[in-house]
Amino acid sequence: MGMTITEKILADHAGLKEVTPGQLITAKLDLALANDITGPVAIQEFAKFGLGKVWDPAKVALVPDHFTPNKDIASAELSKSLRLFAREQKIVHYWEQGRVGIEHCLLPEQGVTLPGDVIIGADSHTCTYGALGAFATGVGSTDLAAGLATGEAWFRVPESLKFIFKGQNFQPWVGGKDLILYIIGKIGVDGARYKAMEFAGEGISALSMDNRFTICNMAIEAGAKNGIIPPDDKTLTYVKERAQRPFKVYESDFDAQYAKLYEFNVSDIPLQVAFPHLPENAKAVEEARGIKLDQVVIGSCTNGRLEDLRIAAGILRGKSVHPEIRLIVIPGTQNIYKQAIKEGLIDAFIDAGAVVSTPTCGPCLGGYMGILAKGERALSTTNRNFVGRMGHPESEVYLSGPAVAAASAVKGEIVHPQEVA
Amino acid sequence: MSKAWRFGDDVDTDVIIPARYLNQPSPEHLAAHCMEDVDVHFAQEVQPGDVIVGGKNFGCGSSREHAPLAIKAAGVQVVIAESFARIFYRNSLNIGLPILECPEAVQGIQPGDDVSVNLETGEIQNTTRGIGYQALPFPPFMQELIKAGGLIAYVKGRKKNA
Ligand code: SF4
Repeated sequence: MGMTITEKILADHAGLKEVTPGQLITAKLDLALANDITGPVAIQEFAKFGLGKVWDPAKVALVPDHFTPNKDIASAELSKSLRLFAREQKIVHYWEQGRVGIEHCLLPEQGVTLPGDVIIGADSHTCTYGALGAFATGVGSTDLAAGLATGEAWFRVPESLKFIFKGQNFQPWVGGKDLILYIIGKIGVDGARYKAMEFAGEGISALSMDNRFTICNMAIEAGAKNGIIPPDDKTLTYVKERAQRPFKVYESDFDAQYAKLYEFNVSDIPLQVAFPHLPENAKAVEEARGIKLDQVVIGSCTNGRLEDLRIAAGILRGKSVHPEIRLIVIPGTQNIYKQAIKEGLIDAFIDAGAVVSTPTCGPCLGGYMGILAKGERALSTTNRNFVGRMGHPESEVYLSGPAVAAASAVKGEIVHPQEVA
Repeated sequence: MSKAWRFGDDVDTDVIIPARYLNQPSPEHLAAHCMEDVDVHFAQEVQPGDVIVGGKNFGCGSSREHAPLAIKAAGVQVVIAESFARIFYRNSLNIGLPILECPEAVQGIQPGDDVSVNLETGEIQNTTRGIGYQALPFPPFMQELIKAGGLIAYVKGRKKNA
């Protein structure tokens, strides 16, 4: 019987010829990562093993990105514990503030995550790396600690759902964010609970890597264990100039078994906006038209990549952010930031009246750099609009892609980009 | 008396413990702000041994282990839900927060009901209403993990025997 790409990667890493959904396996890890919130807890738990050394300092990534540059004394203590551990353990993939970026933008960019890998991360959006054709999933700090100690993790092999996007005739401005919000709107925030979401079809082939990262990034918002896109030429072009170690390309067999198949025509998918307080409240942008805003955020591991900034700057260039709006733009990594400067994107943002920040998670999780007051409303290119996610429990977050966000920042309320472009 | 605290569907880890409190991972600090954004009374009024009852997809969202840690540190004996999000499920077992899946109990238990739970057998008794429910059993591997006292003890035990 055929296997899916997820099953093949897991089977290989478990030293098995074949696995089937439901089977419990122990898989060898290619990478284990944590950030400045989850890392310190994992470090404490790791100490309980009494081993002294992590299994392989070249296969661990520690990324201080959430509360950095540190927002207060307590968060500085967290970063300090991560830093000291990285030094003491001679962790290869550690980046200090000034070099660091948002983990899920940074690691693929630096070639640390590669096709065919099994990756666990103490961060739920670890599923982002599925866009490279890797099996990548979020875990808690204790699972991560066990991974650091043993180089292994246990998994229940997930059933796979296949999402096929037909056609390449996207509506104007529609990108990866709209596709994934559309799916979550259809299947709900637990529609893929415990399962693998595999994305395929001409529509996916047409998309850039940046857009594919956006799609896999939000697999967790449907409850999935992992999101995955089998590698193609675009993937290989992306990784070849970055990879510093060998990697393996897997693809699904033609007779692989799926728990369910979904088919969509990309031409049917309009620009999306997810209403508070769940990503599944996704609707066509027209239905959100006229909703007044206080803040717009463009950034995060979902939409803080170069292409997102290009789209946003394209709309903002020569225009002004609405006087009652705070627009905050956060490039995902220093490389993205530099390239955005070279291309004049940062000029476009600042000339329009936006805040531009060094790479950080910042407001995405309500950490700092753009916290909402009671009753305030934001439109954000991030991935979660839960109660209190960006500040006061009585504030609201709407989610969209970069085009709708930039256009709405100009208008002061949610609009279709065609209205301001 | 173990009082039931009722919550709805899709209770996410951001409301269980908001990110603004994640700068300090101590159990007391986390417990003091547990559930604050959906129920401001919870953290003050919850008593050791109380029970949380949630709907479907409990614990969705972030991978923060601080969420089950906050609930455990608040003194909650067990979380009963119709279903759990996967990272929360793993994290709870790993840190030793008891969780039970039982849609019938979720249907039948009202806020403030007195509930007693046998974690060994998965029997849930609603003393206020005189109704019993049976939670879904854990798969054998999870039972071993729970019996070992969480993931670290389990992995250490396995290494020793290897
Ligand atoms: S940008 Fe937001 S979602 Fe992404 S890792 Fe940071 S906090 Fe998490």
